[in-house]
Amino acid sequence: MMIWVDAVMQGVLIGGLYALFAMGLSLMFGIMRMVNVAHGDMVILMAFLGLLMTEAFGLGPFAAMAVVVPIAFGIGYVLQRGVLNHTISKDPLRSLVVTFGISIVVQNLLLEFFSADTRAIASGGLESQSVALAGNLAAGVLPLIIFGSAVLLTIALQQLFGNTTIGRAFRATSDDPGAAALMGVNNAHVYAFATAIAIGILGIAGIFHGMRTIFSPTDGPAQLIYAFEAVIIGGMGSFWGTLAGGVILGITQAIGARIDPGWGVLLGHVTFVLVLLFKPNGLFPKTR
Amino acid sequence: MSALLSIHDLKSYYGDFQALFGVDFEIAEREIVAIIGANGAGKSTFLKTITGLLKAEPATVMYKGRPIGGLPAHRIVADGIAMVPEGRRLFPSLSVEENLLMGAFTKRAGRWDLARVYELFPILKEKRNSPGTSLSGGQQQMVAIGRALMSNPDLLICDEISLGLAPAVIKEIYEALEKIVAGGLTAIIVEQDVGTAKRVSQRLYCLQEGRVSLQGRSSELTHEQISLAYFGV
Repeated sequence: MMIWVDAVMQGVLIGGLYALFAMGLSLMFGIMRMVNVAHGDMVILMAFLGLLMTEAFGLGPFAAMAVVVPIAFGIGYVLQRGVLNHTISKDPLRSLVVTFGISIVVQNLLLEFFSADTRAIASGGLESQSVALAGNLAAGVLPLIIFGSAVLLTIALQQLFGNTTIGRAFRATSDDPGAAALMGVNNAHVYAFATAIAIGILGIAGIFHGMRTIFSPTDGPAQLIYAFEAVIIGGMGSFWGTLAGGVILGITQAIGARIDPGWGVLLGHVTFVLVLLFKPNGLFPKTR
Repeated sequence: MSALLSIHDLKSYYGDFQALFGVDFEIAEREIVAIIGANGAGKSTFLKTITGLLKAEPATVMYKGRPIGGLPAHRIVADGIAMVPEGRRLFPSLSVEENLLMGAFTKRAGRWDLARVYELFPILKEKRNSPGTSLSGGQQQMVAIGRALMSNPDLLICDEISLGLAPAVIKEIYEALEKIVAGGLTAIIVEQDVGTAKRVSQRLYCLQEGRVSLQGRSSELTHEQISLAYFGV
C-alpha cells in the first residue's frame, strides 16, 4: 500500500516540474494560437545557461536562476518580436515550421558549444536531502522546492492575467487582436511580452531540470512532449488546469514505473491519449 | 473653421481589389458628419483606413495638421481617434467593466472614466461583472460606445451602431449619443438608415462604389438627391 502512496506523492512532485515546462506553452498558445515546437529545447538551453553560470562564474543554482531568468525573458522578447511575430497568420503551419527550425538550431548550437556529454547542475547536496514523513515516507527537498515554485508561479500568472492591465490586454488580444489594436494595444509588443514571460519561466524550469537530473543538448523534444501532454490533459486557457495536467501526468508516470520500470513514460502517454479521446478539451477547460 | 480631420484622394485596396477610388472628406471640430451608402459602398473600408486597420499613404489622412495615414491602429487611438466598430466586437472573455477598462488602455486624459460611463448607461453598472457578450444587443452597443469613450477621444467614429437593434433601442442609443457630443466631441456616424443619419448630423456624405457620390448639409439635401446618390441610376 505504502509504495502506491509514495508513487502518487513522487508523481505529484515531478508534476510540478512538468507544469513549469508547460505554463509557457499554454500561455503562448492561449494568446497567439501559436505552438512553440522549440519550447523543450529552450528548457535545455536554460539548463545549459544555468550550468555555465554555476561552473564558469561559480554561482549557486539559485543565484544562477536570478541571472538566467532575465536573460531568458530577453531571449523570449527578441525571439517573438524579431522572428515569431512575422509567422503569425491564420495558417498555423508557418509558426510550426519556424519554431521547428529554431529547435534544430538550438540543439546544434548547444552541441557545438557543450558537446554531446550529459551534464548536471551541482546543487550543493540539495538533491540528496529529504524530509521524513509519516509511515516511512520521505519527500525530496528539491522536488518540494520545485513543486512549491510551480504553485507560486501558477498563482502569480493567474493574478497577472486576472487583475492587471497587461493581463487584460493579453486576454483582449487573444479574443480579437484587431479590436485590441483599436483600444491602443500594440499587438507586436503584447505578443513579445507574452513569449518573454513564457521563456522567462523556463529560466527557472530549466535550472530545476538540470539540478534534478542529467541533461544533454538533444533532450529538448522529450521535455516538449511532457509539456504538451500536461497542457492537453489540463485543458487550454487555465494555469491551474496546466498545473493539474502536469500533476496527473506525473502521477500516472510514477504509478506506471512502480508496476514496471519500462511503463512509467508509457502510462503517461496512454493517459494523455485517453484524455484526448474522451475529453478533447482537457479535464479543466476554461469555463467562460 | 479648420478641419480636425481631412482626407484627400484616399485610395484603398484589399489585395488586388480596389475598394476606395480617391475619396475626399473633411470634418471640423465639434461637427457631426454622417456617412451613408449601400453595402459594399466602401464605408467600413473608409473607417478602417482612418483608424489604422488598413494601410494608406501618410499624407492622404491629415489629423490636427499631421499626416496619420498608415500609422498603426494603436498609435492612432492614442492620438484621440476612437472607433465603435461594426458588430461591436466586445471581448468575450472580459467582463463588462474589463471591456470598458480596455478602452482606457492608452491612459489618455479627459472627462471620461468608469463613473461617467456608468452615469450615462446605468444598466452597465448593474451588469459590470457579467461577461460582455452575455448582454442584450443594445446593452452590448452601450458597452462598445462606453469603451470607445474611455479612451477620451477628440474624434468618435461610430460604425453602424443601429445595426440589428430594435427601433426603441436605437432611439435610446442615439439619445445617449446626443448627450455625448453635447459635451464637446466631434463624431463621424456611419449609418444604413438615411433618416437617422440626416437627423443626427450636420453634414452628410454618401458613398457609392468607393467614391463620394453626394455631400452637403444634411438639412438641405432632398430625398431624391440622396436616393440617386445611394443607389446610382
